[in-house]
Amino acid sequence: MSEESDLWALMTGFAAISLLSVGGGIAVLPEMHRLVVEQQGWMDSLGFAKRFALAQAAPGPNIMVVGLIGWEVAGLIGMFAAMLAMCGPTTLLAYGFFRLRASLGTALWLRVIERGMVPIAIGLIAASGVLLATGAAAGAGSTVATVLAAAITLGSTVFVWRTRRSPLWVLAAGAVLGASLLG
Amino acid sequence: MTADAATRRVGALDLFLAYLRIGLTGFGGVNAWARHHLVEEKGWLTEAEYAETLGMAQVLPGPNALNCAIGVGARFAGAAGAAAASIGLFAGPLALLAGIAALYDAYGQLPLVRAVLTGIAAAAAGMVLGTAIKMATRLRPTIPLLLVGLAALTLALLRVPLPFVVLGLAPFGLLAAWRALR
Repeated sequence: MSEESDLWALMTGFAAISLLSVGGGIAVLPEMHRLVVEQQGWMDSLGFAKRFALAQAAPGPNIMVVGLIGWEVAGLIGMFAAMLAMCGPTTLLAYGFFRLRASLGTALWLRVIERGMVPIAIGLIAASGVLLATGAAAGAGSTVATVLAAAITLGSTVFVWRTRRSPLWVLAAGAVLGASLLG
Repeated sequence: MTADAATRRVGALDLFLAYLRIGLTGFGGVNAWARHHLVEEKGWLTEAEYAETLGMAQVLPGPNALNCAIGVGARFAGAAGAAAASIGLFAGPLALLAGIAALYDAYGQLPLVRAVLTGIAAAAAGMVLGTAIKMATRLRPTIPLLLVGLAALTLALLRVPLPFVVLGLAPFGLLAAWRALR
């Protein structure tokens, strides 16, 4: 596949995904996985999970994972192209909405939309977590490493769910455990 | 807009600098950091104003943090404010990310780096799962809303394409929300 057609697939793919990304970037990870791993074969599941991990460990919005995927496909241009495709169309939409927002008031229908769409977003986010966990565990290598990766995921889930501490702690713990036992 | 908010004069440059800082400090997602900076440090928004903006940002398609920046920017300085806040939000992280990506290309296949990244990936997966559970329990959903959420999870795991999941479940979600709020 030529670089140009990859770049085109990158931009059209992420632009389409962005318009359905109710609940933000993490909710559409399964759809990104479909595009990047299953349809285009730009990387495998573990590579996908690792790039998500890198983006989480760095500062900035969660959506930065899209930039890393773009980089893998077409370097620096790919990074900007993917981010632009993911953020451009929805930026215009959000701007239009917030300009109108003042005249919309606190109408019941607005609260109905917010309340009704949030469960869908949460369900999609949970599915993203399962997908990432599978990618990390399956790609870990040996059986022992797979079990350890699953245990890290489980511990991290409980930590983030039950405590108010910064999630950076679990990323750091994951790095240390990964280095000492998987390596 | 409250009288209070109307008297606060926040220009495009202020917005750019505030979001530049939010972007660069925002480890693990920027929303919590944005709230801290805008509400507690700067006092540009009240807690309720920020919560409402974030709520809308989450329902609109697109990255939540970006939508929120657009909402905050537009509120204070119109189109210029929205642009300034958005660019500020991404400028720092994008520059850093280019460096990280280059390092990953150079060292990503070293056994130790591979192992560390696999460990972080496993932890990051748990971070997403834990966040989903936390959000779900905080919401205290009615049974129909809970069922809509579980349906979204199941359909996504069955790899049903996103448009079908979102558009197919939206009527049920709205109906359940309408019944809950009525």
